Formats: sequence, structure tokens, C-alpha cells
Amino acid sequence: MNSAARALASTQEERGQLAREASLAAALRKRRRIGALSQILLTLTVLIFMVPVIWMLSTSLKPRAEVFSSPPRLFGSTVMWSNYLAIWSYVPFGQYMLNGFLVAILGTVLVVASSVLSAYAFSRLRFRGRDALFFVFLGTLMVPQEVVVIPMYLFMNAIGWVNTFQALIVPWAFTAFGTFLLRQAMLAVPMELEEAARVDGASRLRVLLSIITPVIRPTIAVLVVFTFVNYWNNFLWPLIVVNDPAHTTVPLGLSQFIGQSMKPWELIMAAAGVSMLPTVILSVVFQRRLVRGIAMSSGLGGR
Amino acid sequence: MSPAPTIAARRGRRGVGGEGRAASLFLAPTLGGFTLFTLLPIIGSLLVALTVWPLAGTPTFVGLANFEKLFQDGAFLNSVVITLIFVVVYVPLNLVLSLGMAAWISPRIKGGSIYRLLFFIPVVTPMVANAVVWQMLLIPGGALDSISLAVLGRHGPNVLGQSSSALAAVVVMSLWQGFGYNLLIFTSALSGVSENVLDAAMIDGAGSVRRFFSIRLPMISPSIFFATTMTLITSFQVFAQPYVLTSGGPNSATTTVVMYLYRQGFQYLNLGYASAVGVVLFVMILAVSGVVFLLQKRWVHYE
Repeated sequence: MNSAARALASTQEERGQLAREASLAAALRKRRRIGALSQILLTLTVLIFMVPVIWMLSTSLKPRAEVFSSPPRLFGSTVMWSNYLAIWSYVPFGQYMLNGFLVAILGTVLVVASSVLSAYAFSRLRFRGRDALFFVFLGTLMVPQEVVVIPMYLFMNAIGWVNTFQALIVPWAFTAFGTFLLRQAMLAVPMELEEAARVDGASRLRVLLSIITPVIRPTIAVLVVFTFVNYWNNFLWPLIVVNDPAHTTVPLGLSQFIGQSMKPWELIMAAAGVSMLPTVILSVVFQRRLVRGIAMSSGLGGR
Repeated sequence: MSPAPTIAARRGRRGVGGEGRAASLFLAPTLGGFTLFTLLPIIGSLLVALTVWPLAGTPTFVGLANFEKLFQDGAFLNSVVITLIFVVVYVPLNLVLSLGMAAWISPRIKGGSIYRLLFFIPVVTPMVANAVVWQMLLIPGGALDSISLAVLGRHGPNVLGQSSSALAAVVVMSLWQGFGYNLLIFTSALSGVSENVLDAAMIDGAGSVRRFFSIRLPMISPSIFFATTMTLITSFQVFAQPYVLTSGGPNSATTTVVMYLYRQGFQYLNLGYASAVGVVLFVMILAVSGVVFLLQKRWVHYE
């Protein structure tokens, strides 16, 4: 009797346990189903979002006669890898790429060098009018390049810089953004590190280069990526200040493809794809740091 | 913490003068470049705007005549209206889209960073390359047209050939290109919202919609303010998209203020007039950001 009751009780308990587990599992399953559905929808959204890029790649590998085939096909009758070779001789695209790299790399070096120095002054040194000066600096972030292109062009004309690399590089190398970004990073570096070195007689420049700079390397990487991307993609300024192939950068070169009456679309798409590679590679490699850098620069809008 | 007072003491002994001299050395490159290439051009744009300045020839001072002419210039006023339509449609859509996607790609989604990276790619690729790809999708005979022919049995609309849809195409292309940046800003802001507060609200019976609008949104309002301001400023600068996609047409339906500035300056060679356009653009940007800044007290919460 006793044992029978105990057996009954235990089975009831087990049943309760089972029921609870079942409902929990059902809830989990439901949540997982919604999660899976959400994942599938998101993947579809990304695929639709990527259609222009996919179409660009697909067209870049088609024979010219099949670019506008109807109905549209993802793949042509043959895969024309040769399109990617043809762009280098159809226009001096290799020259444009070299010019682009030269401008973007030298520009980035200049921006990082000047920003490291000025960020040190704004974060470590005390001098009269520092905060007012920094405020003026930040204020000019509000002035877009477009507003000053006319006087800048007249300036370049006056000093004989039209159609030169320095005209593409120098005017945009002293913006407030780099100084601001690196100053924020330097403020977070503890003073103790450098005080010891200063006591040992190291110069300020030495302290900056061998102690502070290595610590803020992640932020410098962010500045490098942002600056490189800006120089590489800039279109309006090269369009204005440069009109010979020897100084043409990649976006300007691409826009010249477009100006032709019979557009070689498969070559334009191959060139567009190649023009995207450097900045895409940079952002894939520096993905995590970029996200942090964007979060940091958005602190600019805060107090 | 003993080092702090010693630093302060040594600071005091060294005095402000010594640091001022060091600061001027560290600041020299940036301040020199900044004065030459940022401050002077800003002042220059005001001065050039007061002249008639042909590209080849001597400038004459004309006072405010350029501005008087601008406000009676139908083509200019048209470009202002088009830019304002672009801004009013593009900015809210960009913010809603990027915020919505940031909320969707929550930590529960697997591989969220890969999705975000894919959405971010058009942000770093050259605008000219992006626009030329979209042009190929949208022109008669392009992908949209031939898909319509294959599926519906008739030609698709000539999107870039009609005034209203051409501007819509510029907006959609710009959204595709630009929303990935704000997506990253909002992702990092949302990840900073405290889980404890959200859990407390859930226990009090707040549903997920309520939690989003009553907790998440107010808590990330500083980031929304930053993204709004930056997106506003950049959207007033829209140039490469209409330049490549539609050449400002049809019938000037996509000629934005910056396109008008470029045409006046470098196709009609009226540099003084073009500079006046730049000044008006700057005043517009300043006014709109000023309004956003004044309104922020009503809805931006700082902790």
C-alpha cells in the first residue's frame, strides 16, 4: 500500500517534471524557430542588398555582346577573365591605381604625423588659449569641403599646383578630425608611463614616439583606415584640380569611362570591382577597430 | 596614489611658458597647414563670393551682387529645392533603416558582425564605382528593365529618364550606399544599453516593443543626435551620385546645390558666382544643424 502510494506519487512528480520540461522545451523551440526565421529573412535581405555588387561581378565576367541579354543571366556563355586584363590597356587604369595609392598613402602619412604631434600638444601640454584653439579646430569640422573648393582651386592656381600630386594631397591633410581622434586616445593614456621617462631625461618627442604612440596604435589604425578611404574615394576635388592622366586618381578615371558614348560596360564593371578592392580589404582587416573608432568618433556629438 | 601630486608640483615649477614653447613646436605643422588650407579658404570663399572672377582674367569687386542674382536665379533656387527634397526624404529614411537594422541584427543573430560588414562595404567603396553600377542596373535594357520584360512581359519604367523617379533613384542609391555607417553607430550604442534595466522592465511586464521605444531609444538618444547631425551635413553635400547616375537630369530634376556650384565654377567658369553658391550652402547647413542642436534638449538624454 505504502509502496504503491509512493510509486504513484513519484510517477506524478515525474509527470509534472516532464510536463514542465516539455513546455520549457516548446518555448525554447519556438524561440529557436523565430530565431531561425529571423536569420533566414536577414540573409535574404543581405542577398538583395548585395545584388548591385553581385551584378557588377557577373557583368565584369561576361562577353560584351551578352551584357544586356534578355532575359538577364547571371553567367554569360563564357567566363571572360580577360576583361580584367583589358581594363589596364583600354585606359591607363594601372596609372590611375598607382596615382591613387600614391595620393592615399602619402596623404595618410601626412595626416597621421601631423595629428600625432598636435594631439600631444592638446592632450599633454598646458598653454594659454589651448581650449579656445581646440574649439576653433572642432568648429571647422562643420565646414564641408564643397564650400571651400572654389578658393582652394584659386589658391592652387596661384601657387602653380594645378595638375600636381601635392594639390591632391596637401590641402586635406590638416583637418581637425585626426587631431580630435588621437587627442581622445591620448587623454586615456596614464601620465605615470611617461613621467618616469621624462625624469630619466627623455625628450618630449622621444616620449611621444616611443611611449605614447605604441599605446594608442589601435586608434591610429582607425585614423589610417578613415584617411586612406577618404583620399582613395575623393571625387569632386580631383575632378576640379587635375585634368591629365598622369595625376588622375581612380574615381576620376572611372568617371572618364562613363563619359564615352559607347560604354564598354563589362570593362567598366571590372574596373569598378578593382577600384573597390583596396578599401574593402582594409575594412575587412580592421573590422573590429573600425567599429570601435566609429563609436569613438560618435562621442563627438555628445557633450 | 602618490605620483599625482608630484606631477602637479613639477608642472607648477616648470611653468606655463616652457610648455607653451613646446606646444608651439608640436602644433606648428598642423596649425600652419590648418591656417593655409582651412581657415584662409573659408575666409577666401566669402571674399571670392563678393567678386566677378572669371577663370582666366582679373576679378572685379561687385559687393553683394552675386547673392542678389542668386536669389533671382531660377536654376539655383531649383537646385535648393531639389537638395531640400533629397535631405528631407533621405535623412529620416537613413536613420529609420539603420536603427531598425541595428535592432534586428541583435546579439541573438548568429554572425551579426558579418551581416554588418556586408552592409558597411558600400560605405568605403568609391561613390563613383557604386553609382556606375546602379546606372547599369537602372538604364533601359539594364537589369531592372530586362527582369521586368522577363517576368511581367513588358519593359520596365525608364527610372533615370523621368524627373520624379530619377530623384527617387538618387535617394535609394544613396540609402544603399550610406546607411551602413549609421548601422555601426547604432549597433555600438545599443550594445551599451544596460541589460539590468531591460530585465527590470521585462519583469514589470514591458513587452519588447515597449522596451525598445521607452528604454532603448531614450538611452541611445545621444547617438541618434550625432547620427542625425552628421547625416544632415553630408546629405547637403550630395554630388557624385547625381553627377554619375543622372548627370543632374532629366531637365535639372537631380541638379543639387553642389552640382550647380560645380557647373557654375568649372563649366561656365564663374568662380565668384560659384563661391556665393558655396557660402549659401554653408549658411543652409549651419541653419539646419543649429535648429537640430537647439531641439536636442527636448529629446536627447545624457546620463
